[in-house]
Amino acid sequence: MQPLTFWQKLYIPEILRGMAVTTRHFMTNVFGRRHTVTQQYPEEPTYVSERYRGRHRLMRKEDGSPRCTSCMLCATSCPALCIHIQAGEHPDPTVEKYPISFTIDELRCVFCGLCVEACPCDAIRMDTGVFALAAYKRENFLYPRNLLLGDDEPVNIAEGKAPHQ
Amino acid sequence: MAKKLTIDGKEITARDNATIIQAAHESGIAIPHYCYHPKLSIAGNCRMCLVELEGRPKLEIACNTPVADNMVVFTNSPKVVEGRRGVLEFLLINHPLDCPICDQAGECGLQDYYMQYGLYHSRFQEEKVRGRKVVDFGPDVVFDSERCILCTRCVRFCHEISKTNELGIFERGDTAQIATFPGKKLDNPYAGNTVDVCPVGALTSKDFRFKIRVWFLKETKSVCPGCARGCNINIHHHNGHVYRLKPRQNDAVNETWICDEGRFGYKAINDNRVLHPQIQQDGRLQQASWQAALAHAIEAIRAHEGMAVGIVVAPQGTNEDSYLLARLATEVLRAPHVVLYPGVPGYEDDFLIRADKNPNTRGAQDMGLPAPATAAQLAAMAQAIDQGTIKVLYAIGVNLVEAFGAETVARWGTQLDCLIVQTSNMVPGGEQAHVLLPSATYAERDGTFTNFQGYLQRLNAAFAPRGEAWPAWQIYTRLAQGLGQDWAYASAEGVLHDIAAAIPPYAGLSYAKIGDLGYSVAHES
Repeated sequence: MQPLTFWQKLYIPEILRGMAVTTRHFMTNVFGRRHTVTQQYPEEPTYVSERYRGRHRLMRKEDGSPRCTSCMLCATSCPALCIHIQAGEHPDPTVEKYPISFTIDELRCVFCGLCVEACPCDAIRMDTGVFALAAYKRENFLYPRNLLLGDDEPVNIAEGKAPHQ
Repeated sequence: MAKKLTIDGKEITARDNATIIQAAHESGIAIPHYCYHPKLSIAGNCRMCLVELEGRPKLEIACNTPVADNMVVFTNSPKVVEGRRGVLEFLLINHPLDCPICDQAGECGLQDYYMQYGLYHSRFQEEKVRGRKVVDFGPDVVFDSERCILCTRCVRFCHEISKTNELGIFERGDTAQIATFPGKKLDNPYAGNTVDVCPVGALTSKDFRFKIRVWFLKETKSVCPGCARGCNINIHHHNGHVYRLKPRQNDAVNETWICDEGRFGYKAINDNRVLHPQIQQDGRLQQASWQAALAHAIEAIRAHEGMAVGIVVAPQGTNEDSYLLARLATEVLRAPHVVLYPGVPGYEDDFLIRADKNPNTRGAQDMGLPAPATAAQLAAMAQAIDQGTIKVLYAIGVNLVEAFGAETVARWGTQLDCLIVQTSNMVPGGEQAHVLLPSATYAERDGTFTNFQGYLQRLNAAFAPRGEAWPAWQIYTRLAQGLGQDWAYASAEGVLHDIAAAIPPYAGLSYAKIGDLGYSVAHES
């Protein structure tokens, strides 16, 4: 460390110099907002990259049924063990099986995206851009099939909004 | 006369009438195969077991070529690998490659050998032949003809082992397929084995289909408790839940088979369990601590030692349990009424299934429990309760209503000072109990069974007992301690150590000595 000069040792001039920097930034923010980097979240939506890994969703076939064949490769690759699938016999013998229930525990999920990579049918994606998951109860973080397919809205959830709004 | 030959540079001696694949497997050399099965006749149709023989121009199939002196066999030469690759390519031509939705994935011969010998890019340009999917063969078996490689193991099983002849190959060429004969269902008592012998995903079990992917399952070696045969099994389980039982090879007991009744016997481990000790209070059973439940039982036993105590036990317990129970009866309770309830004899055949549906009737008697009770003995016990001679009854794993009749058992709630029911699953009549003690099932504990032939076989704990259940030997130990004995068994193996010292046919035995395939105590008793 360099030894302090005489003027630095006096201390007061250095405080004034520091306050000048603070005051300059304060004035810039008060009289013109062009240079501010603060995002007005949650009032204004924030920018989310297309490749951002947000909350999962399940894709559908052309006939509207879930694309998932319940092969369980996502559940196998999941390092957090948060995907729970119950497979059932499909009425069409060429389809073999389908997910009776498909639940993701979003509290356990580490948002690594391995399930999306593992899926051979592109049935699960993480492209919703939803990152602010909130709920008043833990069980509301268990996202069942209908939520992931977008049939229903999550219960008790205020996504991107302050609780009082 | 044994034959001397060389396989992959290793000098081996083979049985005179052995084929190359048998000789190789017996000396630990693996040869890939689909249609060959050690317990079925030789078909030689899959062509996967090709090997190179010195001095012969073409590759030969190892499963149907007898060994000869001075034979030199190569199982992994470049020519062999190329040949197998070609065979595999043909087998996979019409295969749907639907591994992600196929139940066999993870234990499939096609997948395994493709990774070993295949790894080619498909050259097949034409339309694949489509077959029948999800064909219902019988109560437990579903067939998918697209996945079938026509190895005929299942056909040979029904012809040679179950001798019921339900299956055959129909049509020819690329429309050839396995089917049941008209009007027949694959419903013989051993039908589930066809799923086990199927090397691909063509035959799947309805009971197991889609329940779980096989790579999640763990295997624990155990013994089926379904009848006196004691077939060797592997328990396939995940997170304390049993998903299926698979037979395990033991040529002295069950070869490689198991009956369907035994195969589906695992459901009792998952369902209808007694999970906590309970005490009768205010007219119903209420959950209690082990301490409270044992104290209640001990108090009742203390008040009526000797002849006023009755024990009725089903030979479902292990040798360790039976030994401690016999000691509890003679040393601690001093000559109570002890009855071994054999249950209702069931169906029997000349292959595996025995009429005695208990796994350890012979072992229980070896350990000092009485011979299976006759109807008269059971009636005598019920009468003794009616007359008030027996005031405390300790029922262990017994279906009370089946043994004594619903009306009799309904009276016991008031007639007996204390009815202690110890069971892993709720039994009819159990609701009359004053004290209900939860015991562990065979999948949750170590121990040994002695089958009807005198084969001593080991159970291994697959996972910790559900709820608060304890293995029976532990309950007996705690009861004896509560009654003033200094028993200090910490494990089932500790009990076996004492059995080995006390009972001559079992002398010197340990779990290590019994091993995975059992130990015969018959010749010494």
